[in-house]
Amino acid sequence: MFVAEYVRPKNVEEAYQALIKDKKNLIIAGGAWMKLTKKSASKLISLEGLDLNKIVATEEMIEIGSMVTLREIETNENILNTCSGILSLACHNIMGINIRNIATIGGSVMARLAFSDIYPALLVLDASLVFYKSGEVSFADFLSHPNHDPDLLLGIRISRKAEAGYFRKVAITALDFAIVNLALSKTADSWRIAVGATPFIASLAIEAANYLDQYKELNDEIIQTAVNMALDEIKVSKNQRGSKEYRIELIKTYLKRGIRSVSEHVG
Amino acid sequence: MLVNVIVNQETKTFVCEPGDYLLDTLRAYNYLSVRRGCDNTSCGVCTVLLNGKPVPSCSVLTASVEGKSIITVEGIQAEAEKLGRHFGDEGADQCGYCNPSLALTVYAMKNDLFQPTEAEVREYLVGNLCRCTGYIQQERAIMKYLGDE
Repeated sequence: MFVAEYVRPKNVEEAYQALIKDKKNLIIAGGAWMKLTKKSASKLISLEGLDLNKIVATEEMIEIGSMVTLREIETNENILNTCSGILSLACHNIMGINIRNIATIGGSVMARLAFSDIYPALLVLDASLVFYKSGEVSFADFLSHPNHDPDLLLGIRISRKAEAGYFRKVAITALDFAIVNLALSKTADSWRIAVGATPFIASLAIEAANYLDQYKELNDEIIQTAVNMALDEIKVSKNQRGSKEYRIELIKTYLKRGIRSVSEHVG
Repeated sequence: MLVNVIVNQETKTFVCEPGDYLLDTLRAYNYLSVRRGCDNTSCGVCTVLLNGKPVPSCSVLTASVEGKSIITVEGIQAEAEKLGRHFGDEGADQCGYCNPSLALTVYAMKNDLFQPTEAEVREYLVGNLCRCTGYIQQERAIMKYLGDE
């Protein structure tokens, strides 16, 4: 990557002004995936030193600064104790510790990576993104509407309402990208189901979750119907990591296990 | 541009381009124990400790390490020698290309985890590939090294 200038703004406004000044000015987060891009940058704008590396927890939610690393999320007590620790688990499954020490949640979110393991977890945690100018944007909306004005991501808010959750990544090796990844959560009255790396970017299975919401007690027939509904909603295809048929079988298997596991945990 | 760092407890000023990676800069300044492998964040052979944490130097911009501490295997010589003896005893050493990065990651793990289990050791070292040993001998050597403490 060719970089003409590397700048360290003193505050968020200065970083924002640098970003909007030229389309070739880019934000650098952890830089973990920078080598996979062929871009050049007139200015690479560092967000270090802008106090965006904190995790703040309240009873209702956790706010994660955009410069918090995946390793910090993986080991944070509050995140580990939220929704069966699915966000920590999703981070834990991403390559090695050395990568997770540099990759940040902000960089992972803004890169819109179809293979990302954290997206399904964020979707079922009802995450929202906090931008400097645009304010709070639902993560689900962010993923489904790719075009937006340049802005600075300050942090990510996740809800602590869910009583239990489930996360699963399927990959050939520990260092490989997922063939499929999925997450589920349940609050007192509603389910959330998300599937990613299909190989399309993660999305919610809203109809399937609404269907499960109708039942207090689940049986095999209800679970099977919900899984079929989820498969109708989620776009699945093939790539070099797996065929469409294999992915469908994986989704069926792990969604069933996930629904059962979450049901058992919430009693 | 100029980047001020502390390498192995010694203050240094690197002269580099804004897009230079730490691996290239360190090697240009003769820290040749920091090795080039895949050069795309996958193999871990270029690992150094940045403020005490293992990171892949092939994917860290030199410009981003201003004011930080970098440790290469020369900075943990005594610990690396202890680990090296166990590697020798267990037959965990073949070509040795990955040894500096492995020693650094094991050193970081020792500070990071309290009495790690074999499973935790394996998980911690996922990002450090070795194409010679098959990992079993390394794991035995590392457990013995940790047991020395």
